[in-house]
Amino acid sequence: MKFFESLVISIRSLFSNKMRSVLTMLGIIIGVGAVIAIMAGGRGMETAVTSTLEDLGTDVLYVQPTNPDAPGAAGMAPGYAGANLTLDDAEAIARIHGVLGVAPTNESFVELTYGSESLNSVIEGSTPEFQVMSNYELASGQFITERNVASRDNVVVLGSTTAENLFGDEDPVGQRVKINDKRFTVVGVLATKGGSMFGFSMDEIVVVPITTYQARLFTQRTPSGEDAVQSIGVLVAGPEYMDDVRADIETTLIKRHRIDEGDKNDFAIVSMDQMIGIFSQITGVVSIFLAAIASIGLLVASIGIMNIMLVSVTERTREIGIRKAVGAKRRDILLQFLIEAAALSLVGGAVGIVFGWLLSLAISFIATFAGFPLEATLSPVHVIIAVGVSLVIGLASGIYPAMRAARLNPIDALHYG
Amino acid sequence: MEMIELENVTKVYRMGEVEVYALNGVSVSIKQGEMLSIIGTSGSGKSTLLNVLGCLDRPSSGRYMLDGIDVNRLNDNELAELRSKKFGFVFQDFNLLSRASALANVELPLVYSGGRNKHVKAMEALERVGLGPRAKHKPTELSGGEQQRVAIARALVNSPSLILADEPTGNLDSASTKEIISIFSQLHKDGITVAIVTHEPDIAAKTQRIIRLHDGKVASDGKVDSL
Repeated sequence: MKFFESLVISIRSLFSNKMRSVLTMLGIIIGVGAVIAIMAGGRGMETAVTSTLEDLGTDVLYVQPTNPDAPGAAGMAPGYAGANLTLDDAEAIARIHGVLGVAPTNESFVELTYGSESLNSVIEGSTPEFQVMSNYELASGQFITERNVASRDNVVVLGSTTAENLFGDEDPVGQRVKINDKRFTVVGVLATKGGSMFGFSMDEIVVVPITTYQARLFTQRTPSGEDAVQSIGVLVAGPEYMDDVRADIETTLIKRHRIDEGDKNDFAIVSMDQMIGIFSQITGVVSIFLAAIASIGLLVASIGIMNIMLVSVTERTREIGIRKAVGAKRRDILLQFLIEAAALSLVGGAVGIVFGWLLSLAISFIATFAGFPLEATLSPVHVIIAVGVSLVIGLASGIYPAMRAARLNPIDALHYG
Repeated sequence: MEMIELENVTKVYRMGEVEVYALNGVSVSIKQGEMLSIIGTSGSGKSTLLNVLGCLDRPSSGRYMLDGIDVNRLNDNELAELRSKKFGFVFQDFNLLSRASALANVELPLVYSGGRNKHVKAMEALERVGLGPRAKHKPTELSGGEQQRVAIARALVNSPSLILADEPTGNLDSASTKEIISIFSQLHKDGITVAIVTHEPDIAAKTQRIIRLHDGKVASDGKVDSL
C-alpha cells in the first residue's frame, strides 16, 4: 500500500473524531508554544544585550581585577574579585602606544534627592573618556571635565530618564541635588540612548568624577591602602592596535603589581567581543534551561497522545480485523496508526509554533512597556527543532499503540465487541 | 485439479488447563469451480474450518496445500498477500466500515493489493451485485440485504479464486436471503469457487456438495443428491 493512501485513511479518522483530536493536540500546542516562546524570548534578550554592548564601541578593552586564588572564571565575579586596580594603573595604561584614553570607572547604587523628589539610581564614578567610550551624547550642559576629576568637584551629569524623573519639565543644569545626603551640582544631562543591560536602563544613571566618588561617596582600598578602581575602560586607536595594546597592558600591570613569573595575574583584560560572547553564552544557557523545563509539558503531551492512540486502537479493533481480512499487512496497519499519531503531533506542533510566537510577541510587548526593550526573535532553527521534536514525539508515542494494532490476530479482531 | 487440500488438520484452543479441539483431524479437498456448504451444529468447528481455509487462522497441525503451496510455511505478510489475492470473505454481520461509503468499502481490498483503477473496478463489482446506484451510500443507509451485497462486492473486487462466506444470511430476512443465495449461484456459474458455512438446510440444499462437521471431524462429505 502506498504512503499516500495511509495518509488519507489516517486524516479521515482524525477528522471523524474532531473533538478528541483537538483536545489531544492541545497538549502539544501548549508544550511547543511554551518552548518556542522561551527560545524566542531568550534570543530577543540576547540580541538586546549584544546590541547594547556593541553600542558601547568595539575598540574598547576592559581591565578588571580578579582573584588569582579563585578557580576559573569565578575570580571575575563581583565581590569575589580582589580590589587591586588603582588610578595610577590607569595612568600607566594611558601612556601605552595605541591607547587613546582610559576611563577608570567605579559603579554602585545611590539615592538621589531633589526637593521632595527622590529616587534610586546607578552611579558611575569615571573620567571624561567615559562619555566617548560608552557612546553618550549630551542633551544640555557639559560632561565632567579633567579639571573636575583633578579637584574632586561635587558635580554630576544625569541620564535622560533620571533627569526627567527627578526634574520633570524643569531644566536640571545648575540645580543642586543630593547624592547620599551630599550636595552635587548638575552640570549636564545626557541624551536618550536607549538599550538596557540586564534590566538596567542605560538612561537611568548619574555620572560623577571618579575621584569624587572615591573620596566622598564610596571608599574601597586596595591591600596596600590606595583607592581601588573597579574597572578600567581602555579606548584603543583601532582594531590593528588591539593585540599589541593588550600585550602591553599585561606587561605593564604585571610589572606594577609585582606578579612573579608563573603566578596567576590578579587582573583580566576583556575585549568587547569576549564580553558579547560571555553574555550570549549566559542568555543561551538560561533559555535552554527554561526550555528544558517547558519540555516537561511536551512529555505530558506525548503521554496524552499515546493514551488516545491506545483508546483508538481498542475502539477500532474490528476495523483492524476487517482491514486484515481483506489483505492489509502488519506494515499497513502500523503505518496507518503511526501516521495518525504523527499527524496529531505535527499539526499540534505547527499550531504550537504560531501560539508560541504570539506569546513571545506579547512578552516583548509587556517587557517593552515595562521599560525593558525586548524584541522576541523566532529563528528558522527554532521552527525546525519544534517540528522535529513534534514529529519524534508523535512517532515515539504512536509506535507502541500502532504495534499493538498491527499484531492483532484477524480472527480475534473480527469477533471483538 | 485440486485447488485446496487439507490433510489431517487440527486446531486446538487452550482454555486454561483444558485443550479444546475445534478441528480434530479434518481432511478435505476442494476443486476449482465447486460450490459447497459446510454445515454442523454450533461448536462443530465449521467457522474454524472456514477461517483456516481462508488463511485467517493457522492450523495447529496437519497440512494445508493451496494451489501447490504449503500454507503453513508462509509468514503473516505472505498470508495477508494470499488473502488479498485468492480469497474473498463474506461475514454474518457484514463487517463493513461504517464511516465509509459502499464504494469505499468495496475499494478497500484494492488499497492493500495496490491495484489500479480502483473506482472502476469497485463500481463494476457493485454493479455485479446490483448496487451500482447506491455506491455513495453509507452502510447505515442501506438495508441488511444491501449491506451483505456490498460485502459480496468487496469479496469479488480482487477477482478471487475462492469466496468464503460465514453464515452470510444469518442476519437477513427470507427475501434478502434468496437474493444473496442467487448471487452466490450466479458467481458459481461464472466460475468462482464458493464455500458457505451455514446451519440452514435450505441454503445447503442450493449447493452441489455438503460437508457436515461434528465435534471437529468430518461426519459426511458428498453430493447433495446422494444425501
